[in-house]
Amino acid sequence: MSTTAKRPGTAAGRAPAAPARTPAPRPRPVPSAASVAPEPMTGAQSIVRSLEAAGTDVVFGIPGGAILPTYDPLLDSTKLRHILVRHEQGAGHAASGYAHATGRVGACIVTSGPGATNLVTALADANMDSIPMVAITGQVGASLIGTDAFQEADIVGITMPVTKHSFLVTDADEIPARIAEAFHIASTGRPGPVIVDVAKSAQQAQTTFRWPTELDLPGYHPTTKPHLKQVREAARLLATSRRPVLYVGGGVIRGNASEALRALTDLSGAAVVTTLMARGALPDSHPQHLGMPGMHGTVPAVAALQRADLVVALGARFDDRVTGQLSSFAPLATVVHADIDPAEISKNRRADVPIVGDILEVITELTAELANEHAQHGLPDLEGWWKQLDALRETYPLGYTATADGLLAPQHVIQRIGALTGPEAVYVAGVGQHQMWAAQFISYERPRSWLNSGGLGTMGYAVPAAMGAKVGQPDRIVWAIDGDGCFQMTNQELATCAIENIPIKVAIVNNSSLGMVRQWQTLFYEGRYSHTELNTGHQTRRIPDFVKLAEAYGCVGLRCEREEDVDAVIEQANAIDDAPVVVDFTVSRDAMVWPMVAAGVSNDAIQYARGITPSWDRED
Amino acid sequence: MSRHTLSVLVENKPGVLTRVAALFARRAFNIHSLAVGPTEHGDVSRITVVVDVDALPLEQVTKQLNKLVNVIKIVELEEKTSVHRELLLVKVKADDATRTAVLQVVDLFRAHVVDVSPEAVTVEATGTTEKLDALLTSLAPYGVREIVQSGTVAIGRGPRSMSDRALERIARSA
Repeated sequence: MSTTAKRPGTAAGRAPAAPARTPAPRPRPVPSAASVAPEPMTGAQSIVRSLEAAGTDVVFGIPGGAILPTYDPLLDSTKLRHILVRHEQGAGHAASGYAHATGRVGACIVTSGPGATNLVTALADANMDSIPMVAITGQVGASLIGTDAFQEADIVGITMPVTKHSFLVTDADEIPARIAEAFHIASTGRPGPVIVDVAKSAQQAQTTFRWPTELDLPGYHPTTKPHLKQVREAARLLATSRRPVLYVGGGVIRGNASEALRALTDLSGAAVVTTLMARGALPDSHPQHLGMPGMHGTVPAVAALQRADLVVALGARFDDRVTGQLSSFAPLATVVHADIDPAEISKNRRADVPIVGDILEVITELTAELANEHAQHGLPDLEGWWKQLDALRETYPLGYTATADGLLAPQHVIQRIGALTGPEAVYVAGVGQHQMWAAQFISYERPRSWLNSGGLGTMGYAVPAAMGAKVGQPDRIVWAIDGDGCFQMTNQELATCAIENIPIKVAIVNNSSLGMVRQWQTLFYEGRYSHTELNTGHQTRRIPDFVKLAEAYGCVGLRCEREEDVDAVIEQANAIDDAPVVVDFTVSRDAMVWPMVAAGVSNDAIQYARGITPSWDRED
Repeated sequence: MSRHTLSVLVENKPGVLTRVAALFARRAFNIHSLAVGPTEHGDVSRITVVVDVDALPLEQVTKQLNKLVNVIKIVELEEKTSVHRELLLVKVKADDATRTAVLQVVDLFRAHVVDVSPEAVTVEATGTTEKLDALLTSLAPYGVREIVQSGTVAIGRGPRSMSDRALERIARSA
């Protein structure tokens, strides 16, 4: 195998973060990203060189015993910016946020044992949400593996079910090949996290750095080219359906297919719903966009799926939070299911027309075939369908009621942040009520402007992920929309943000409780509030005081308690660009997320507000 | 539930068996038998898994197996179009009074004796699960002291090789 092929100009000089208002760059093919002449060095230097060669410009991490050798050459790297986090979970979510916001592979580096186990949550999170990410973990020396050595953990074993793939490297010569493979696997097919566990002895050994020209992955061949016959069948269905819905998932964002989706939407005239992971895949302002489906989706989006005669799932996975009770989901629909991952097809709902392929290719070809169908058979008559949907939109718009306790309505706060900051910003949510409101009440107009932990539902995602997003998109405003519960799980990364000059903004939607759990206690546990009180809000001891906490971390801390102050405080936060800002919005704890489909119940039983079930299913 | 035999070509690397077994374990599928061994290609091992599972979950687990980076190819081997064999070693009580009768059973099943002591013989037999079950039933009256049995190995009938196309790719990249 030749390792000397040089292609000058491809190795170095990758652009730093993209400027605002340009589309996120596509993930690049890894092995061709750089070709470097063989060179003697240590395994540790080889790790740094490999990360550089793979095109990484930022790595989030924290050193420790088993990764110490690698931190030494890291100090000399001019291409890699290392950002010292305060907790390994923060490194993982930051790499994930960076990857999500930019489309490039996120990278993080941690030590063995507790360093690696602290990363597990972030890896599992990235795995569920298909985030391309590479984690380098130090491992104890090869001769100590399996002896319960100090800070030893079998991290490859531990992370096997929650990563796309993993490598254990004990031979320094293998480092470049494994890292190249890791980047390739992470970024191609259905993206996901890959871990490269490198023994300390391999880091210390002498080796020759050879960046591979070919990857040794005989079992890894993602299907990217869709089957044309299947695409034609999908086009025929789409051209003849009377009640079509495009059910758009996060794959459309991962696959950089938003523009193509726009074209398909316009041509087909179909209704479109975007899942929690796909918010922004189609502009919310598009007239055919009905919003988010699922447990807290809009009534029109949920109803459209329930009444559809054709559902075209694009990079979506029929998650239980979307389908509700599976047996009664979209009961009238023929299902076209397109995904890069064959294992998703017919996993939950049987697909009538399965299409495996890169979603951009699928949508592009589907659009072309649909144009042929239209040319031959004319445009479908969707007037009746849109009449029904428009009536639903008019009757059941997203909304909320004023609070009874005089405290701020959390929905209002979130809506104003979105309205005043605009669609060019990046919004990153934690998990819970605030996440749902942020998905509902902010208008997303572009892909990669909405980041959240959808699959795993990781409280504490927002602050570190926002940090990563801001590093990747330094010219955009990045708002973390967080809850008081979530914020307390990972807010130590504010220190990283302050020291490393990563001026994110954090809105703590502070209802002084674990709000979503409390909502379920209100609805399903007779208001018995078992351990959901956090004492951070209005008329409590305010432990911690978020404003003081922010200031202690070198951030600007603001508090907003009155509706008339909301806009001014948001404007004030938006005007600060030289320090992270934390705003404590003290909101009512009684606000609930509506609409709602209770867990395990049919989507037909969606409640617009408590006790109010729309009657579309009994109309005709 | 029905019984299925999967032949899985995998890269011969550490940890691959764990990855494969974990996929079955996560879905609470009971592995009836498992056999791993080398193939005609040094970098490739072959795992034969026999599972009791319905068709739909089997399809899902097959797809998940295919997603494993180290898995090269999976084929389900149907009973009718493939040959299935297991290896059995069984230690049976056999003293002067019963040895002749035990050896007759051994002959009848075309098995053979691989170890003899005054009180027992050890018998080696290969065959399908049904044949080996019948042998064990026939030996039971004499007193079976110990059984060890391999997982099923299976191969498709006819001239075609499961590894042909899969291994070409490896040969090219080597």
